[in-house]
Amino acid sequence: MVDTLYEGRLAVDIGKLHMRTPITTASGTFGFGLEFTDFLDLEKLGAITVKGTTLKPRSGNKGQRVVETPAGILNCVGLENPGVEYFLSTTLPKLRQYNVPVIVNMDGDSPEEYGQLAELLNVDGVDALEINISCPNVAQGGLAFGTCPDAAAEVVQAVKAKSKKVIITKLSPNVTDIVEIAKAVEVAGSDAVSLINTLLGMKIDVEKQAPVLGNIMGGLSGPAIHPVAVRMVYQVAQAIKLPIIGMGGIMCAEDALEFFLAGATAVAIGTGNFRNPALAETISKDLLAYLDKHGIESINDIRGKALPR
Amino acid sequence: MKKVIVTAEILSQEQLAPEVHKVELLAPAIAAVAQPGQFVTVAVTEQAAPLLRRPFGIADANKETGTITLIYRVLGPATHLLVQLLPHATVSVMGPLGHGFNLNGKKPLLVGGGMGLAPLHFLAKSFASPVAVLMGGKTQAELFWQSLFVGQTQYLTTDDGTLGTHGTVLALLPKLLAEGYDSIYVCGPIPMMKAVVAEVNKTKLPCQVSLEKYMGCGLGACLSCSCQGIGKRLKVCTDGPVFESGEVVEW
Repeated sequence: MVDTLYEGRLAVDIGKLHMRTPITTASGTFGFGLEFTDFLDLEKLGAITVKGTTLKPRSGNKGQRVVETPAGILNCVGLENPGVEYFLSTTLPKLRQYNVPVIVNMDGDSPEEYGQLAELLNVDGVDALEINISCPNVAQGGLAFGTCPDAAAEVVQAVKAKSKKVIITKLSPNVTDIVEIAKAVEVAGSDAVSLINTLLGMKIDVEKQAPVLGNIMGGLSGPAIHPVAVRMVYQVAQAIKLPIIGMGGIMCAEDALEFFLAGATAVAIGTGNFRNPALAETISKDLLAYLDKHGIESINDIRGKALPR
Repeated sequence: MKKVIVTAEILSQEQLAPEVHKVELLAPAIAAVAQPGQFVTVAVTEQAAPLLRRPFGIADANKETGTITLIYRVLGPATHLLVQLLPHATVSVMGPLGHGFNLNGKKPLLVGGGMGLAPLHFLAKSFASPVAVLMGGKTQAELFWQSLFVGQTQYLTTDDGTLGTHGTVLALLPKLLAEGYDSIYVCGPIPMMKAVVAEVNKTKLPCQVSLEKYMGCGLGACLSCSCQGIGKRLKVCTDGPVFESGEVVEW
C-alpha cells in the first residue's frame, strides 16, 4: 500500500504497526483522542495512544494532581480510568470511526493481570499494546515492574503469551540503568520500547510548609525532561535492535528530530498537547519541511544519524 | 459547540483593586458563542514557561463588539506576565470551554465571593431583568465588585463589618432564601460554596455551583480536575465547571 499522507515520506513501522507519520500521543496526555477533535484531524496522526487502561475502573489519587514547575509539570493522577470493559464497549467503537491505529496503554497489579488485559484487548480496532511498567503514581504494579529487569521481563512474557497485537514496553527513567531494562524486555519478546515515562519528583508549598501534590510525589514531564529523554533514547538505541518510540518534552519539530537522530523510529507528544492541542498534527508538516530543507527523502533516513558510527 | 484557539488582541487593561485587574480581549469567535459559567484558557507567552494555559471564568462577552472580558488576581508567573501586557499585545485564548449555568431561574439569587464573582458578573447580565446578588468579602476593599454589578439588587457582607452586614454570606442567606427566589447560583471559595449549599439544601431550591480545580488541559484529557459524582467520575473542565449542587459528592 502506498501512503498518500505526507507523500509517504514520514511513514514508519513499529514492528507490524504501520504509522503514516511517526507521531503518536503520550498516554495520559491525550485522553482517548476524541477530546481533541475540535483542534486536529486524528487521521493525520501516526497512531493514538490512549489513556492507561486497567482491568477495573480506577478513581485515581485524591488531592491536587497537577502542579506546574519550571518548564514542566508534576502529575499524580494515579491512572484514573473507566476500566477496560468501558473502553471496549463505549470508547473503542467511537475511535474506530477514524482511520488511525490505536495503541492501548495498559497497567496491572500482577503479570497475570497484564495477561488478562492483553487477552481482553485482542479485538479489532486495537493495533498495539503499550505495557506500562513505569507509572510512578500507583502503589502496586506500575513502577515496581519497571525497575527490575526480571520483573519487567515477566510482565512482557505474560502479555506476549496472551496477545496477538504489537507489544510496546514503556520504560521508566527512574532506574540506575535503563539499558539493562531495555535489554531484558527485548529478550522477553517485546516488539518495541517507548521511553521515557515521567521522572519522579515533588514540589513543596513553602507557605503551607507541606507537599503540594495529594500523593506527595508525582511524575515530571514537559520541556524540562527533554534532554534526559534524548540521552536515554541515545543509550538504548545502541544497546537493542527493537524500534524505539521516543518521548519527553516535545514542543516542536526540532525537539522531535533530536529523538530521531538519537535512534527513535517514532515519537510521542505528551505535555505539549496541553499547551497546544493541535501540536500532534502540525508537527508532521514541520518534519516534512525539515526533510525538504535538507534534501532528505524519508524520515527513516535520519534515524540514528547522531549515534556513534 | 466548537472550541477554538484564537490569537486575541488586548483592547484594554484596568486595575479594579490591589492585585485585581480586568482585561478586555478581541476574540469574536469566542464572544459569539460563550455562555455564562464557561471559561477560557490563556497562554500569555510563546516561551516554554509558564507552560500550561491558565483558566479564567468569562466575566463578560459581547457578541456585537466581539470582545470577552476576564477579571483576574495577580497571583503566579502567568498573571504577572499578563498584567504587564499593554493594549495591542496578543495572547493565545482557547475556548469557550466547559458547561455553563442553566438560565432557567425566573427569580434567581446569585451568591459569590472573591474571584468567583467574575463568572457571576456575566451570568447576572444574561438574565432579561435585574437579579439579586449576595456578595461577601473579608473587608470593604474586597467588595470593589459593587461598581461592576450596578443595576442589580446587591446584598453585601464583610467578615469585619466594614461594609454591609457583619459576617459571611451565611449571615444574610437564610433570610434571603425565604424571599421567594426559585434558583440559586453560587461561585466562590470552596468552603463558602459548601456552606451555602448546606443552607440552600434545607429549602430544596435548585442550586448550581461553579467549581474550580487545578487544570492541566481544560479539555477533559489529563484528569487533573476530576471529582466524584453520583456513581461516576466527573471532570470540572468538561462536565462542569457548573454543576447542580447534588451532582458532585466529593469536591
